[in-house]
Amino acid sequence: MSRPVAFVLAAAAVLACCGTLYAAKPGPAPQGDPARGQAVYTRWCTACHGRGPGHPGTQSLQVKYGGKLPPALEDRTDLAPPVTVQFVRHGFALMPPFRKTEISDAELRDLAAYLARNRK
Amino acid sequence: MVLPPDVSQAEFDRAIAAFRNAVGPDWVFTSDDDVALYRDAYSPMWSEPEERVASAAVAPADVGEVQAAVRIANDTRVPLYPISTGRNLGYGGSAPALSGSVVLDLKRLDRVLDIDEANASVLVEPGVSYFDLYRALRDTGAKLWLDCPDPGWGSPIGNALDRGGGYTRAAFRNHFDAHCGMEVVLPSGGLLRTGMGAMPGAKTWQQYKAGFGPWVDGLFSQSNFGIVTKMGFWMMPEPEACLIGRIYADKYDDLHALVRILTRLENSGVVNGMPGFGSPLLQRRVPADPQNNDPNGATQIDQALHDAFYTGDDAAKALIAERVKSTGRSCWSALVKFYGPERMVRLQWEIAKEQFGEIEGVRFGDPEFYGFPLSDADLEKIHKPTFGIPSLSVFNFGIRTDLRPEPMVGHQAFSPVIPRTGAAIFEANKVFARIFTEEGLPVPPFNLPGCVWERALMLICIFPTTHDVETNRKYRKALRRLIAESATRGWGEYRTPVAYYDTVMSTYSFGDHALLRFHETVKDALDPNGIVSPGRYGIWPQRNRGGPR
Repeated sequence: MSRPVAFVLAAAAVLACCGTLYAAKPGPAPQGDPARGQAVYTRWCTACHGRGPGHPGTQSLQVKYGGKLPPALEDRTDLAPPVTVQFVRHGFALMPPFRKTEISDAELRDLAAYLARNRK
Repeated sequence: MVLPPDVSQAEFDRAIAAFRNAVGPDWVFTSDDDVALYRDAYSPMWSEPEERVASAAVAPADVGEVQAAVRIANDTRVPLYPISTGRNLGYGGSAPALSGSVVLDLKRLDRVLDIDEANASVLVEPGVSYFDLYRALRDTGAKLWLDCPDPGWGSPIGNALDRGGGYTRAAFRNHFDAHCGMEVVLPSGGLLRTGMGAMPGAKTWQQYKAGFGPWVDGLFSQSNFGIVTKMGFWMMPEPEACLIGRIYADKYDDLHALVRILTRLENSGVVNGMPGFGSPLLQRRVPADPQNNDPNGATQIDQALHDAFYTGDDAAKALIAERVKSTGRSCWSALVKFYGPERMVRLQWEIAKEQFGEIEGVRFGDPEFYGFPLSDADLEKIHKPTFGIPSLSVFNFGIRTDLRPEPMVGHQAFSPVIPRTGAAIFEANKVFARIFTEEGLPVPPFNLPGCVWERALMLICIFPTTHDVETNRKYRKALRRLIAESATRGWGEYRTPVAYYDTVMSTYSFGDHALLRFHETVKDALDPNGIVSPGRYGIWPQRNRGGPR
């Protein structure tokens, strides 16, 4: 039996290796919605930056920070929204930039808000 | 901003205005920042004048808008470069083959149009990624597996049209062969459906491939003859079980028998999942092995051993034998996979062991046996594409490690198809090592093939791309030599980055380049204005014939 479906697939991205260069400065208050941003993160970021083994971004950050910062991005407390925007739109190392047909500007604001939700 | 080579600013501006009218102003990208998102992030020509860059991008939402964009392109002679998800990184990404082209970004055509569990097929649009399709299958509960390449962010349509491959049964891991029916916007703007789809109201578009008359689907793979907007694929029904067996052989010359026996087992249908070869001694994993937290580059190289695998003379064999003895690691391994009912896969493994038993001293690992659904513990350790699960874990080949403090910024692949023999593996490796030495570049580790394709082997040699112009130029020069010298031995590339399209096409030169001339004849007939992907796979329309050099 055929099951017609029409999934309208949302957009978003893989975030990568955020450096301490940007991390310490307090940025503007996030304007996106962290709850929607979590969905963006799950769809686009976790394949590289999820918790546990088998995630190259997480592995790479584990080596970079040696445990001084959490290797999974959603456990970080130092990611200001401009940092997220910078990495998504410009990429880093093997992570390419993400186009607006993948992650719209509105979705990127939500994603940045999610990653900044626990910012200290 | 780079204009197409023979388009005036006024005509370009007219095209952009028309695109905005056709797809909406939010989906035409012209600012430098937005267009930069379409650069090939792994370009081997990064920041050089030769780097291929877009002038703008247009993102239609449906087939009608694709047709409208094509008609505008014909009217203004502004070339388009369609991409699906734009993620074939290492082979061009989202950048055009001709600078100044307008990227036609099909990511918004992102619908899974049909999942037919009984027929084990799907119908998708080009913006659907492997991750998207996997989620759709899970959401509907259909017990179907998709065959995916290592990076799951690509498009089933884009990957199939580039003739990419995966990891499960042969009928599915050849992604183009696994398709059944397509819809194509022709360079005229007209719409074509192939196979049974050519019959209005056909009930079997995703069941019978050929339809009636010449089967033209192949013309739309690795080409620029049309823009595929729908494609059907046959899926693999979830098997009852999967068994993975490992075979170990200690002598350098055992590779010949390993390849010969494995080929026989695969051609006779006993081994039905993608097999592969590795070297425990060199710590070279089989391509389908899980990478987990042991990425390539994480181990020190034993240089003498590394060199001995290339040399292969008596002294080298003696050194390898000594290392096998001192480390307890085998010289070679082979991995075989079986999908099917549990009783059957266990019997297939017994048959395979009997046949590999011809090799003196051969040993077998305990088989890994999997039933479904997989446990959480299994999911943490497996190579996911082997089980139809998309992933990005392959990218740990270039990440930061203790021995590589700076991660790679990109890669490019040299991927020659070679005969399915041990002798060809040895010979190809020696040729490649010599060229790299002569070019003053580090010799990569001895390369062992996966067996993506049923009857041939393919070596996939991954080389870095950097943001250093001189380094990139050295690698490009070496890759061009590899392509040319491989061709003199009868080994041809299956696919290549944009930088080498013309070089590779020139090696398929039988009959004074009769194949390329045929492509050009078709191109000129279908696309007289040369507006679809000029230069893709080395096919240039009349107006650009010869292409940028």
